[in-house]
Amino acid sequence: MSEPGNMNLKLHVWRQKGPDAPGRMEILEARNISPDQSFLEMLDQVNEELIIEGKEPIAFDHDCREGICGSCSQVINGVPHGGLEQTTVCQLHMRNFKDGDTIYIEPWRARAFPLIRDLIVDRSALDRIIQAGGYISCHTGGVPDGNTLPVPKEKADYAMDAAECIGCGACVAACPNGSAMLFTGAKVAQLAVLPQGKAEAAIRVCAMTETMREEGFGNCSNHYECQAACPKGISVKFIARLNREYLKALFK
Amino acid sequence: MILDGKSPQGPIETSWDRHRFNMKLVNPSNKRKYKILVVGTGLAGASAAATMGELGYNVEAFCYQDSPRRAHSIAAQGGINAAKNYPNDGDSIYRLFYDTIKGGDFRAREADVWRLAQVSNHIIDQCVAQGVPFARDYAGYLENRSFGGAQVSRTFYARGQTGQQLLLGAYSALSRQIKAGSVKIFPRCEMLDLVVVDGEAKGITVRNMITGEIRCHAGDAVVLASGGFVNVFYLSTNAMGSSVTAIWRAHKKGAFFANPCYTQIHPTCIPQTGDYQSKLTLMSESLRNDGRCWVPKKKEDIGRTAGQIPEEDRDYYLERKYPSFGNLAPRDIASRAAKEQCDDGRGVGPGGRGVYLDFADSIRRLGEHTIRERYGNLFEMYERITGENGYRVPMRIYPAPHYCMGGLWVDYNCESNVPGLFVLGEANFSVHGANRLGASALMQGLADGYFIIPYTIANYLAGTTPGKVKVDDPEFRKSAENVSKEITRLLSINGKRTVSDFHRSLGKIMWNDVGMARSEQSLKDAIQQIPALREEFWHNLRVPGSGAELNQQLECAWRVADFLEFAELLARDALHRNESCGGHFRVEYQMPDGEARRDDENFCYAAAWEYKGAGSEPELHKEPLVFENVHLAVRSYK
Repeated sequence: MSEPGNMNLKLHVWRQKGPDAPGRMEILEARNISPDQSFLEMLDQVNEELIIEGKEPIAFDHDCREGICGSCSQVINGVPHGGLEQTTVCQLHMRNFKDGDTIYIEPWRARAFPLIRDLIVDRSALDRIIQAGGYISCHTGGVPDGNTLPVPKEKADYAMDAAECIGCGACVAACPNGSAMLFTGAKVAQLAVLPQGKAEAAIRVCAMTETMREEGFGNCSNHYECQAACPKGISVKFIARLNREYLKALFK
Repeated sequence: MILDGKSPQGPIETSWDRHRFNMKLVNPSNKRKYKILVVGTGLAGASAAATMGELGYNVEAFCYQDSPRRAHSIAAQGGINAAKNYPNDGDSIYRLFYDTIKGGDFRAREADVWRLAQVSNHIIDQCVAQGVPFARDYAGYLENRSFGGAQVSRTFYARGQTGQQLLLGAYSALSRQIKAGSVKIFPRCEMLDLVVVDGEAKGITVRNMITGEIRCHAGDAVVLASGGFVNVFYLSTNAMGSSVTAIWRAHKKGAFFANPCYTQIHPTCIPQTGDYQSKLTLMSESLRNDGRCWVPKKKEDIGRTAGQIPEEDRDYYLERKYPSFGNLAPRDIASRAAKEQCDDGRGVGPGGRGVYLDFADSIRRLGEHTIRERYGNLFEMYERITGENGYRVPMRIYPAPHYCMGGLWVDYNCESNVPGLFVLGEANFSVHGANRLGASALMQGLADGYFIIPYTIANYLAGTTPGKVKVDDPEFRKSAENVSKEITRLLSINGKRTVSDFHRSLGKIMWNDVGMARSEQSLKDAIQQIPALREEFWHNLRVPGSGAELNQQLECAWRVADFLEFAELLARDALHRNESCGGHFRVEYQMPDGEARRDDENFCYAAAWEYKGAGSEPELHKEPLVFENVHLAVRSYK
């Protein structure tokens, strides 16, 4: 029944109807999975079978399926995004597993990310951190020519390294403290290093840090799990920058 | 009906400036009395919502994603065009205007394209001010690169993630307004109906995708920026949630749908490997600079590895057919040629739907190091998805749908034929004609959102009374009832096939008969098959769960239901357009060398279709296109 080269897998999947319903691991079979399938396409196939059997399919967030929108969010065998270096769940392919494997699939777990259903959590706390100050308050129109302020290449590159964050929240899910300091630090650092963002740097870092705390994210205690889990390889040096900017702001 | 695009009269160079002066304004203290509903938070929607909120309007913004930052604009790789002429290589607003008109195969409205080129420079300034980390040179100034369809370097970029960085810029501006309270954001909310009261767009009905609640929102104007529809082909480079639903439902409430047959197929995508495939991934077209496309000459060689096929048995079909352009033939030609080889039974890889893109010669000539420097990230992406090393074995590529030039018809003000309904970005049909040039989609999204709609919407609002229509209007109740009824209907069919199964079937019809090469016969076949599939859908669909909860199958169900209706319109538009132009290729109308044969005498117009009810044929309206500033010429890149 299984095509040659294809595999059969046993899945333990977190199932939970809603925020207040009890959750549990459910055991499901994934049969005849091609090594060329992506992890989400494997789940699609399991879901198709569940629907035909009259059961509820597994709910999970996903959209672009090319590793850039930041929607997909699953802890696979205990590691956010599954542990392949700089790879989101949607870009993880089944050739990284073998026939007969048992796979554990869970949602992001963090105090600031309440569960919605199955593998879907509410990450709007990250949006609220940005709303607190993750921007340069320029108006539309009435700004100078793009080349008025030269930005040294190494600063532009540093800003871009930080700006690559896709806002998936894997850093929070990986952190034993559920901290969002990698996410926040990356935005603070991007805008603080650019001349355009300097004017508001102090207000920004204070507002974003305060919101981070209010939303229930923990503090950083240098485990570096966030950097290891980040599908874009965002460096913990941006957490150091966040601390530095925060200290500078306190003395202003 | 002959449609009027309301282009300003007089010299084109000053058309937008004069038009801005002639439009009505809304007094600053009156702006907060007006409520504007914005659907979609991609480049167009986010920039529009942020800018209108900043101006003082009361804005409500809706997106189906969990955060406005995830809209599919984020996936654009290449860059954004602007006529800055920083490299001093001869660029100008006129040249960007001309290139865009020509690239669109002379099927766009001149005045709109001029305005796009004019405001392109402001976009770059705006993004830099927001902290978008564009590539810079060692002196700290902005870098440019070249892109297809232009002889100047005018593309600004942020590594291979320009769309992401521009969207995060617009998202940050939007976030600032959300904090300020001028924009209220509704994530995980999908628009399911447009509410028209006394002939004007006055609201929308949405479904909260977590609770299933159906809710009406009344406003003084509605702005749709809901993106493109190429998921009608099932497999495309679009996000899984990209759909025609918002604009299709507006179409069913009276908005004309223009040029649905103009779809763009990108030649360098990673091929499909099996039926489980859910989407296709695009790789930058720049790969064709150093890769050679080939397939085996003999069908017997299919199944052998590339290395087992000797040089003399390889068919470098692009070099053979187009000796002067070779592997750099334009997108549409390269895409069609790949399909022809596969149709001939000489495609490679799973299912025979692929052609080789071989770097062996370039590696021999330049060394692997140089190739790695140029395309390293693309080779990595290719290996992650296929498990194959492109330096050792040839890559396999196949074309995939990735953009639609068609969309809802709008006039020069981005206003549809339904007063009060504005349409921005990929959702409208305005500036790309029959074919879009690279790095122009981002430009259009931000031009519409930051610099056009904030002016033109005031012209409409100034003539209306704020808050005239309330949510207790009977039209809203009717709309909510209809949406609920449709959901109940989808849930109660209880058939045997899943939504994806139907979507795949539709995709096969569309790809085979309405895809890259269309003929009168294939289109007529499609117009026969689509209604039959639609009929089966409504009798044999299975959607589990209920409407009063998070139900992803239900969400897919209404999107596919809309695709099943829209697909027929797309095919009809393609059948009526007896010419080839840009992304629309009819095999009956081609030059001896395979180039598109346009028919300016009979088809130099935008085709805008009016919905006439379920089961009735749509009615065609035409907007004649007038070219006063460019000479209508055969598009040639030779």
